[in-house]
Amino acid sequence: MDLPAPLAAFFARRHWTLHPHQREMLERKDLPSLLLIAPTGGGKTLAGFLPTLAEIAETGHQGLHTLYVSPLKALANDIRRNLATPIEEAGLPIRVEDRTGDTSQARRKRQRADPPHILLTTPESLALMISYEDAARTFAGLRRIVVDEIHALADNKRGDQLMLCLSRLQTLAPGLRRVGLSATVDDPAVIAHYLARHPDPCPILHADPGPPPDIDILEIEEDPPWAGAGGRYAIPAVLREVRRHKTTLIFHNTRAQAEIFFHHLWLANEDGLPIGIHHGALAKEARLRVEQAMVAGQLKAIVATGSLGLGIDWGDVDLVIQIGAPKKVKNLVQRIGRANHRYNAPSKARLVPANRFEVIECAAALEAVRAGELDGDLRLDGPRDVLCQHIACVACAGDFAADTLFAEVKTVGPYSTLSRAAFDDCLDFVATGGYALRAYDRYQRLKERRPGVWGLRDPRSARQIRMNLGTIIGTDKLKVRFRGRGGQPLGEIEEGFAATLTKGDTFLMGGQVVRYEGMRELTVEVSPRPDKEPRIATYIGYKWTTSVQLAHRIQDMLHEMRFDALPQHTRHWLELQAKHSSLPEPGRLLVEHFPRDGRHHTVIYGFAGTNAHQTLALLVTKGMEEAGLDPLGFVSNDYATMIWGLKPMGDIRPLLSHDGIAVALDSWLKGNAVMKRTFRNAAIIAGLIDRNFPGKRSTGRQAAFSSDILYDTLHRYDPDHLMLRITEEEAMRGHIDFGRVELLLDTVGDRIDQLRLSRVSPLAAPMFLERGIVPIRGKAEGRLLEDEAAKLMAEAGLSLD
Amino acid sequence: MRNAHDFTFAGQRLTARATGALWWDAEGVLIVSDLHLGKSERRARRGGSLLPPYETEDTLIRLQADILETGAAHVVCLGDSFDDLEAAAGLAARPRDRIARLMAGRDWTWITGNHDPAPPGLPGRVADTLALGPVTLCHVATGADRPEISGHYHPKAAIHVRGRAISRPCFLRDARRLILPAYGTYTGGLRSRDPALARLMAPDARAILAGLPMVEIPMPR
Repeated sequence: MDLPAPLAAFFARRHWTLHPHQREMLERKDLPSLLLIAPTGGGKTLAGFLPTLAEIAETGHQGLHTLYVSPLKALANDIRRNLATPIEEAGLPIRVEDRTGDTSQARRKRQRADPPHILLTTPESLALMISYEDAARTFAGLRRIVVDEIHALADNKRGDQLMLCLSRLQTLAPGLRRVGLSATVDDPAVIAHYLARHPDPCPILHADPGPPPDIDILEIEEDPPWAGAGGRYAIPAVLREVRRHKTTLIFHNTRAQAEIFFHHLWLANEDGLPIGIHHGALAKEARLRVEQAMVAGQLKAIVATGSLGLGIDWGDVDLVIQIGAPKKVKNLVQRIGRANHRYNAPSKARLVPANRFEVIECAAALEAVRAGELDGDLRLDGPRDVLCQHIACVACAGDFAADTLFAEVKTVGPYSTLSRAAFDDCLDFVATGGYALRAYDRYQRLKERRPGVWGLRDPRSARQIRMNLGTIIGTDKLKVRFRGRGGQPLGEIEEGFAATLTKGDTFLMGGQVVRYEGMRELTVEVSPRPDKEPRIATYIGYKWTTSVQLAHRIQDMLHEMRFDALPQHTRHWLELQAKHSSLPEPGRLLVEHFPRDGRHHTVIYGFAGTNAHQTLALLVTKGMEEAGLDPLGFVSNDYATMIWGLKPMGDIRPLLSHDGIAVALDSWLKGNAVMKRTFRNAAIIAGLIDRNFPGKRSTGRQAAFSSDILYDTLHRYDPDHLMLRITEEEAMRGHIDFGRVELLLDTVGDRIDQLRLSRVSPLAAPMFLERGIVPIRGKAEGRLLEDEAAKLMAEAGLSLD
Repeated sequence: MRNAHDFTFAGQRLTARATGALWWDAEGVLIVSDLHLGKSERRARRGGSLLPPYETEDTLIRLQADILETGAAHVVCLGDSFDDLEAAAGLAARPRDRIARLMAGRDWTWITGNHDPAPPGLPGRVADTLALGPVTLCHVATGADRPEISGHYHPKAAIHVRGRAISRPCFLRDARRLILPAYGTYTGGLRSRDPALARLMAPDARAILAGLPMVEIPMPR
């Protein structure tokens, strides 16, 4: 179709012409689903909205026409601003609003009664809207749904939840057309399958990928440190680049690193360059201020994490700096997409490895980008905890027929092979708890009103279900604000971190050094202390894991000693490792033993990814505990795991034998901390346990009991329960990654090189700075506990009687 | 590894057990607090989550083990034995039988608590308080001068070992007060540093951590 006159006139005034893929989106606008693959900056979002603007301009529309869903709140804000220009200038009668977790209660309510033409939202907010009794009315006239950055949703539970919601919307609005917008991915067909109503086909539209990116490792005078993740050593070089470019985005992998880096960048910023910080734990006000300053061109640079990482159009960004190895080539490519989003100019990005191991990782990632290799593992098996939540969500909106809901769920790609029995298990779980002991006949959550039709027994439970919607499981957070009446909100910190603070401690928040003053009604009160050194900034945040493909490439580089692309210092480090210990070799397993700090350490270089290393370490430490070696703990990263204990380890082969490990796995699965964490997440998503709302908890009361107790109780009394089956599936697939442990052990066989060293090896040194230490709750811990208790009693002048 | 911890309170030799039960050998009394039987049922009745309905069974099985190991002649439950009165009244046949078997051949006292202020409709003696030797047994500590053994607060305490916090249910004690941890399977804890507990206990109070190994430390505040 041609553009309607007002839009055509707007384009002409701006001297804009449509990109070929934008024109094609218009022409194919009536397809039931269509996936657009375009590089960031390729006018992808406009391509998604043009058919909507054109349709409403031509024929007008009453009520909600297009729903836009993005994984990020910030993206919704950004799109609203970007749409305002064509709509206002072309004088179109179109109302655009956003609805996210930040939207006020009153506004949300009005949006349901009187929806705008275009509503911009997130998967979680959409699920909430679907749970309301008036959902059928709200969505009745819906014509199109645009899922932006669908590649970032297609491999996780947020995406699974969204697709389940889409299947519901399709019933409420049968003519609904789906459009997916994706950055470049290696397997578009998988994403298309994810987007379309199964078994409908989903055509894919490829935009011109544009010129190749200009990407390299940043030239830095100073050598990177032996270990660490912050990239502080690169600050002079980064400031130099910020001065040279119009606008620079500086990405970090974690919030804590972003905070620390920003703090030191600010201290070194003698020219007073305007630089801001943006991450998901900052208060909404602080985030918006930075976003607005950025759009207005008032900032020279912005230090950010993934909250800025997806396709937001920020104007004149001409350089992206990535601090720390990008972990996934896919992330790197998307972040590069931020720079120079003029469609036909190459994007420019520079990498700053934070330590010497990351130098190797960055070099491998660059090799991969140049080779056009992208990574990504997409799932097709829909997780059942998300399905349980969806069933409860649908029930909140009103009675439903199980047959209809099952048919809907089967149209969702990842759930297309779901059996009726598996669906019925989930329904039974939501209705009765699904226990072998049918204890809740009187108090079922769902009642079968007539054969095959289900609804909430107690309408009041809808509120509790709504409060627990969503698939992102965060740790409990506390708000931080300056002390005093109307103190300015700064953001959030994790409750566990807050518990470690005592009055006078200093930490970083939003780039400022603040002093902990105390707690007041579950808000952390602080005062500004710019003169003090921060003690620590902590967010557990999301920790990226190096992809399988990237890890392979790194191992190859090491094995072939392909060090040409590496700077002198890193080459030197690896040569030292070769001299004092040995370099890892594919097909063999390098294991180092050395004493340090009164402990016996063992490092296993598996190159199998963090999750697999964690599993391996759990199994090995179980064997150590049985052999009386008193393991104390371990820490894992993507290339190795380090275990320490009170006694030295002899031959490690028996602990690494495949059969032994497979047997150990079964008994161990039931009791380990990873399973319990997996259970907790699945139980929250499925609605077995409530999320914690720190703000709602009054002080002076006992905390809710731990989910570990539920896990242990289920194992003891109801070992076949659905939640335990879900937990095991999840764990084997994700956190446990047992498949890779098996692959490693099978590949290696008995080709294990066990080296005994007198001290820590060059390659092992960084392990001592890894976070996420897992303690072993065995005999050794008990002994240390007794020692510590005796010490405390003696210090207090108390004696045992 | 120590699974019991002996100490003297109000001139009496008492034993804190790793399970959270208190054994008074001279009197032949086993004391437990805050069983919260029927918690999952109560939660479901009120339209909340459908928790695994096994905690009543589990709590009673553990109590049975403590009774058999100590050979108690008298069991005192220090209140909040049931999560509410309806849970007590609606107790299923199986746990009811189990309780009856536990009660057979020994004295049993139900101290009333804030969750179960009236008698639970089971055999055994029901009382607000019970005097044993120089000590008063009651649900909530009163601050009276006479030595008291009580529950209610579900105290827990953390000890830091090489940068790692280990948090466990605990007994709290000073010269006049002894507070028991919650015994029920589905019970959470209140940190000893919470003002409610910090105010109640004397500056030289101690915490005995339940679980293995048992250790005694100055009460964290």
